Amino acid sequence: MLELTRITAGYDRRDPVVRDVSLHVAAGEAVGLLGPSGCGKSTLARVAALLHRPDAGTMTLDGTVIRGWRHRAPREQRTAVGVVFQQPRLSADPRLSLRELIAQPLRSTGRRREVPGRVAELAQLVGLSEELLERRPHAVSDGQLQRACLARALVLEPRLLICDEMTAMLDASTTAALVAVVERYRSESGAALLAVGHDRVLLERWCDRTVRWGERNAGPAERERVAAG
Amino acid sequence: MTDARENTGVPVLDVRDLSVRFRMRGGRDIAAVTDARFSVAPGECLALVGESGCGKSVLASALLGLLPANATTTGSAVLGGDTDLLTADERTLARTVRGRRIGLVPQSPAAHLTPVRTVRSQLEESLRELTGVRGSVLREAAVVAAARASFPDGHLDRYPHELSGGLAQRAATALALIGDAPLLLADEPTTGLDRDLVERTVDELRRHTDEGRALLIITHDLAAAERIADRVAVMYAGRIVEIAGAPRFFGAPGPRHPYAKGLLDALPERDFAPIPGMPPELGALPDGCAFAARCAYADARCTGERPAFAADLACHHALTGRTHPLKEAADA
Repeated sequence: MLELTRITAGYDRRDPVVRDVSLHVAAGEAVGLLGPSGCGKSTLARVAALLHRPDAGTMTLDGTVIRGWRHRAPREQRTAVGVVFQQPRLSADPRLSLRELIAQPLRSTGRRREVPGRVAELAQLVGLSEELLERRPHAVSDGQLQRACLARALVLEPRLLICDEMTAMLDASTTAALVAVVERYRSESGAALLAVGHDRVLLERWCDRTVRWGERNAGPAERERVAAG
Repeated sequence: MTDARENTGVPVLDVRDLSVRFRMRGGRDIAAVTDARFSVAPGECLALVGESGCGKSVLASALLGLLPANATTTGSAVLGGDTDLLTADERTLARTVRGRRIGLVPQSPAAHLTPVRTVRSQLEESLRELTGVRGSVLREAAVVAAARASFPDGHLDRYPHELSGGLAQRAATALALIGDAPLLLADEPTTGLDRDLVERTVDELRRHTDEGRALLIITHDLAAAERIADRVAVMYAGRIVEIAGAPRFFGAPGPRHPYAKGLLDALPERDFAPIPGMPPELGALPDGCAFAARCAYADARCTGERPAFAADLACHHALTGRTHPLKEAADA
């Protein structure tokens, strides 16, 4: 499904955050990527989500070698991957109602006719009421907004879902509820999952296997320095 | 500690029937906090836990006198047996309470620190203002203040954006400790930190508590609460629904309120099962128990009558640690 081979990526070519890292996610598999803050796991997740172009290395998605990232990626590749970020406040346009937020990927891929049906379906799946769908982000809690962000990530029925610290801001019950939504979607669609996080107990419970990552961190001092970047 | 603060039985903070209402446009009222009642003793840590949006942070703002203008408070929150934080004027709060009698460990330290000044300059300013240290000894005092929160002195000349989450948290803690306040108020101090840093942060807060301070920690991280707290207060929809000793709460016989039990059972190391539904809107709370709609034990009494907070519990169907017989009936 997803094959990352010897990826080097970062924000400064002389000091990459991710160095020579390989990761493999099989079709339908759930992989947890564990590591302390600042180890580069989010950067790798961004590469896998086609949101950040690596400096070196190759990536294949369903056997196709990826040649372009961000706007350079063809639509069928971009829409095959759904992403949920850590902070729902930063990843939701404050001017849109939750309904519009969830519908946005459909609109921008020319599938607006499907909006009413898909939004209703997903709102039900993630547990958002009709009344909540009409509100804008400032009028809902973090947990409710993250539910909408998860619905948005699922609206195009991705074959790979990437959850980057999806539950770090959330309480235990909301965490369990969102993980249950992801797992229900995966059991129905057969989609693969890359879950990035630092909560070992959570990822080991959630995923088929976990990959631990700490190679860039020589010790606590190094970790602090890296995290500062 | 500089002076002998003996445990004379007087709590550092004594909150009685604290309620906070927000008046919204159109005359609508939001009941953010209702009838909160708890106390914190010297050397004790009370953890206030609950879902996001349940009113925890509003309660903290009320204690610091930092509520917006459309908020009204009732009840009392007496600090050190003499100052009611809810009726004290802004001058008293600004000059004698914040920083001096209550140290705040903020939710996102990176945003709490002034971005254009180094950690050293911020520590020195707080020292000048709160302790009156001046001149040549100031530099030395800043290093000592940083060391109290394990902030490495090699990083003192850095700006907040150059610090990792863990170091920024320690810088903020160092600032909170300068005034030697008897009460520390930590509002979600571990949000967004990884597990190692969470443990290090709470262990440090625990150490400051063991020195004789009282600590009120507000968190949704139950693992952090278990690690640090002596007692746990569970908040739901603006009300405290249960207060219990931490060993009893996290171990045997477990929480007595069904909501508290649901929250614990949702942890990945336990059942990993969410509580069905979502919390009610604080602007439209039901007449009865606010948790009734999500509760497996709820009956007609729960939806009709709001349970009183008595014996540290607000529930008609207190659990005893064993599976409740009604639960099987509800599941069947």
